[in-house]
Amino acid sequence: MRSLPLITSLAWRNLWRNKRRTMVILFAMVLGVWAMIVTAAFMRGMAIQMLDDTVNNLTGHIQIHHKNYLDDPVIENSFFGNDTALLNTLKLPDIIHWSSRIRVPAVISSERETRGVVLLAIEPEAEANISFLKNAITEGQYFSSNDENGIIIGKKLAQNLETRLGKRVVVMSQNTKNEIADSGYRISGIYDTSGEGMETDFIFITKRAAEQLLDSTGLSSEIAVITRSLDTVLSVQKNLAAKNPELDIQDWSSLQPYTKLVVEMYSDFQYVWHLIVFLAMSFGIINTLLMTIYERTREFGLFQALGLKPGFILVQVWTEALFMLTIALFIGNFVSWLTVMTTGDGIDVSAFSQGMELAQMSNIIPFVILFEDLLLANIIVIALGLLTSLYPAWKASQLVPADAITRI
Amino acid sequence: MQNTDNQTVVICTDLSKTYQQGLIQVHALSNINFEVNKGEFICLSGPSGSGKSTLLNMIGGLDTPSSGKVYIDGEEIDKLNKSELADMRLHKIGFVFQAYNLIPVLTAQENIEMVMQMQGVSKNERHHKSLNILQEVGLGGLENRKPTELSGGQQQRIAVARAIVSRPSLVLADEPTANLDSLTASKLIDLMLQMNELHNTTFIISTHDPMIMQRSKKLVKLHDGKIIDNIIQKNNV
Repeated sequence: MRSLPLITSLAWRNLWRNKRRTMVILFAMVLGVWAMIVTAAFMRGMAIQMLDDTVNNLTGHIQIHHKNYLDDPVIENSFFGNDTALLNTLKLPDIIHWSSRIRVPAVISSERETRGVVLLAIEPEAEANISFLKNAITEGQYFSSNDENGIIIGKKLAQNLETRLGKRVVVMSQNTKNEIADSGYRISGIYDTSGEGMETDFIFITKRAAEQLLDSTGLSSEIAVITRSLDTVLSVQKNLAAKNPELDIQDWSSLQPYTKLVVEMYSDFQYVWHLIVFLAMSFGIINTLLMTIYERTREFGLFQALGLKPGFILVQVWTEALFMLTIALFIGNFVSWLTVMTTGDGIDVSAFSQGMELAQMSNIIPFVILFEDLLLANIIVIALGLLTSLYPAWKASQLVPADAITRI
Repeated sequence: MQNTDNQTVVICTDLSKTYQQGLIQVHALSNINFEVNKGEFICLSGPSGSGKSTLLNMIGGLDTPSSGKVYIDGEEIDKLNKSELADMRLHKIGFVFQAYNLIPVLTAQENIEMVMQMQGVSKNERHHKSLNILQEVGLGGLENRKPTELSGGQQQRIAVARAIVSRPSLVLADEPTANLDSLTASKLIDLMLQMNELHNTTFIISTHDPMIMQRSKKLVKLHDGKIIDNIIQKNNV
């Protein structure tokens, strides 16, 4: 142990002995660390954005349905959403918002065109808290609570129907009596999202208006629930399911398995990406340390001749590697943080909007650095870096002093 | 442990070293029997390839013999593991090499203090001893110079200072004057003799340098890995 201060001092000074080489390898390592962290932040941002978009695009964290609704989404497969017992179960402290909806297939017709759509009858105030709709209105306005004549449609659907704000459309669907029902509405709002699929598929009226159209007083096709955080989703879902065994209660991951798959894939890809970057980085580390050992073979021989134990020579080379890794991590972390800070809300990937729509994502991807991701990148670099440098360090410690000391 | 009187520092018995170079076996040392007493100033001489450096490496535990034994202060070094051998070198042997072998990132004083630091000597004591020895080797005031800022002679003086500062039983010097001009070499020999006298440090020096041979107290001549002249008592000039 008494040799440790000497070893540490020597390791630090030796690191700066060949400044240019140290700077080059440090630059490469910083680049590697930066690539690890920023890519992880981007991937994490994509995953979080995708999940947020999924939750905001009507899914919510949890949905409550009639047992048969997801297999056959018609008005008959509804449940009484205003049931007192059910409403009481929605008073859990981890539930922050919920909204009851009717969701049925429908046909919308303008003066010129007809399209098949999904009709969503919403409670305006409650829906405003949990879905994208209110903030996506670009023309006209959102519903008032007692609106019975207004309809909100997507921008692209308006184009397809060759209609516009203020014009009348007719919506036709099947009511609770298994009869075709229709009603006329005036377009009171047009919404615009990043995904055209959303705009062409969903039309919105108030629940009050739907009760007249579908004869659905008190009925709900679904209740969408927003919990306090993602971490509480599972417990809330289980709690609700236990208290309402007659209903089908699922969380976002089972309602949107594709989103779940992609989110998990992004997380797992981080490990692969970190390993790929580190592999490239490790060649630099090994090469630098082997060069160091080759150049300083005589010194290592001298240290042994003077009485430094082989283990301490290993520690000396290892300490050099540790210094190098620590500096690279420090700068790499700082540069990554700077990069993320300068991107503000995220980067605009609207050039790839079709692909983004396919993945149900918006066009702005934020960089999100989670502490656990940062920790993972740092641990990988330090742990694998030290592991990688073990070979050159061991090689240095195994030199035969008589040979090493005469090496030119 | 070999039973030796307190005066015997080194004993080599039937010491041989054979190197394999391809298909050829090179006998660097053949059945060397050799003893060194405390305070002796011995010169190993002989042409290149005669086995001088190999013998020094065997005595210093820097290389292992093919057969035979080496005892340092009565301890058979062949029985020591790498770590024990390192400890033995740290506490009992000082080395001076032809190419000075100072650590370039350390100052003159730090180079001297290095061995004491490894021995666990306190900072104050190290500082005191290193400054004293720098004065003794005539390099007072140069303690903060890096090796690259010193001449060859000065660097070799630092190397001698490093070798003797912790008062080892034995100093092994492998052609210490080979890279020095004659005047500097002469001064270095003076210094080593002075240290030998002053501290009763045992010196074994391998050299081609006739000046060292003349001035050493004993001369051992090697040829083809064998001692061809038994230890010859010489007058120290």
